[in-house]
Amino acid sequence: MSGQPIYVPKSGLAKWFETRLPLFGFLHHSFVAIPNPRNLNYWWTFGGILAFMLGFQIATGVVLAMHYTPDSKLAFLSVEHIMRDVNYGWLLRYAHANGASMFFAVVYIHMLRGLYYGSYKAPREVLWILGVIIYLLMMATGFLGYTLPWGQMSFWGATVITSLFGAIPLVGSTITTWLWGGYAVDNATLNRFYALHYLLPFMILGVVFLHIWALHVVGSNNPLGVEKKTEKDTLPFHPYFTAKDGFALVVFLIVFAWFVFYIPSYLGDADNYIQANPLQTPAEIVPEWYYLPYYAILRSIPSKILGVTALFSAILLFAFLPWLDRSPVRSASFRPLYRIFFWLFVATVVGLGYIGANRPEGAYVIAGRILTICYFSFFLIVLPLLPLIEKTKPLPASIADAVLGRPARPSLNPGHSSASEVR
Amino acid sequence: MADSASLQPSRRDFLFIATGAAGAVAVGASIWPLIDQMNPDASTLAASTTEVDLSGIAEGQIVTVKWRGKPIFVRHRTAKEIAAARAVPLNELRDPASDQSRVQKPEWLVVIGICTHLGCVPLGHQGPYDGWFCPCHGSVYDTAARIRQGPAPANLAIPPYKFVSDTKIQIG
Ligand code: HEM
Ligand code: FES
Repeated sequence: MSGQPIYVPKSGLAKWFETRLPLFGFLHHSFVAIPNPRNLNYWWTFGGILAFMLGFQIATGVVLAMHYTPDSKLAFLSVEHIMRDVNYGWLLRYAHANGASMFFAVVYIHMLRGLYYGSYKAPREVLWILGVIIYLLMMATGFLGYTLPWGQMSFWGATVITSLFGAIPLVGSTITTWLWGGYAVDNATLNRFYALHYLLPFMILGVVFLHIWALHVVGSNNPLGVEKKTEKDTLPFHPYFTAKDGFALVVFLIVFAWFVFYIPSYLGDADNYIQANPLQTPAEIVPEWYYLPYYAILRSIPSKILGVTALFSAILLFAFLPWLDRSPVRSASFRPLYRIFFWLFVATVVGLGYIGANRPEGAYVIAGRILTICYFSFFLIVLPLLPLIEKTKPLPASIADAVLGRPARPSLNPGHSSASEVR
Repeated sequence: MADSASLQPSRRDFLFIATGAAGAVAVGASIWPLIDQMNPDASTLAASTTEVDLSGIAEGQIVTVKWRGKPIFVRHRTAKEIAAARAVPLNELRDPASDQSRVQKPEWLVVIGICTHLGCVPLGHQGPYDGWFCPCHGSVYDTAARIRQGPAPANLAIPPYKFVSDTKIQIG
């Protein structure tokens, strides 16, 4: 299958422009001609959905900002004003709030895809770490945004999360005072959180640019985890993958619209419709669902400094995956044991999320501790040691061989061949 | 030029290092205002005393007042609560402090109502010691607001305060 021809400007104006700034040639190369492995499945469509969601959050966010007031006395009322008085305000706010949840759901699928198919392994380490940076920025943005409506959960969520920094020895309280701009979360805090909530999405945009650049340098991984070698292994991005990504986006939008129009408050917390009260903590403080597994890890450890350390390590471990996983075989399709541990890990994270949503009492505490150990064991024990005992299945000689139905020649060194070196 | 410069420091080397050093100082000096602007401002620092009239607080009652944006618990302790707090041996405490060291007058306990774990406001008259219980992650404080169970590392802090009369205190 031959790729799309390179971009040739046709009109005089296009030629004039292209010799001065080859923008359209660059875009054509990146989103039309670029050859992708022909066997990409639907798990590869979530990156496009993520790009869409970033644009969507920025668009809805900028218009919400036209009506929102970042003042501790007015913020809550201005959000109610958006909901009741502003034309389509209810739609914009529900779309932005549920958009954040959808954004996280999609990024989790995107990350688990990488975990299953070994997309973080050489030569994609930088690509992967850029992804982890985007994830960190997203978590910060979501947290800052959740503070803005200035409800009870906004206020107490902000208090608990900023207090995490108080666990740092010696300078902890100096840092929290600096973060708050006072002696507690207050107006100064709300103002700076708003400024940063506006800023961070544009920083995400910058890192997304680097992420896609790195992607186009090393190319997409694929379900076989075998590098593409010849043109036969690939298809041009347009129309094959634009169509696939487009279809997936439409299906995703149906789910998203269902949330926005039918259950807009399902993922929210009723306590956030009570205005912030610095003198009264709600009976139970629960973060947004996408932080729950980490919250469960924090609460499982009966020591402040160790709990906070565990929470941050649990997130940062993702950045070290390329070096923790010692297996040369990328795709879990050829790693029978890893595949089992992968699903156990998914179950662990879901279990932690469930525990994070419940009061830390009785059996929940015990289960939380066991699952916390499982979580860290996956990264620190299973990934490095599993390759010592795992017998991997033989890799196909090429993508084309595997998906176009030709008999797969046995690879030279089954079980230990680095995919990129198979001839 | 190139060979003579490689042996002895030249005027250019000097200018290079001097400019670099001055530049580093200038960058540091201009970043500091950008960082320090986030610290509490003059108006926040100024608003820092609160008076509390104790005459309306019945025995056994806890009143919450606001000081520097934080809740302050003023607890009129009963004789039983005082006795319970004083009966505990210090070596049983995570953050050892005698009850006497935490009060100016035994019946009046004044503490900052912020859990030393992650900053929630604990609930009064709850938990196994009938002191405070923090709903966030389950820290338990006794009737001297000392940490007894749960993840919090320290006792509830005591704000600076003084008795301006028998029935009035000034916090801050
Ligand atoms: C990475 C992209 C973004 C994420 C994940 C995100 C997330 C959030 C979240 C979770 C909330 C709280 C929603 C609620 O419960 O009401 C929120 C509120 C808000 N966001 Fe964003 N946001 C993003 C981008 C932006 C941008 C670019 C702007 C402005 C230019 C913005 C402006 C606002 C405003 C004004 C609010 C307060 C109104 C409200 O609560 O609905 N957001 N955001
Ligand atoms: S904030 Fe009180 S126990 Fe965590």
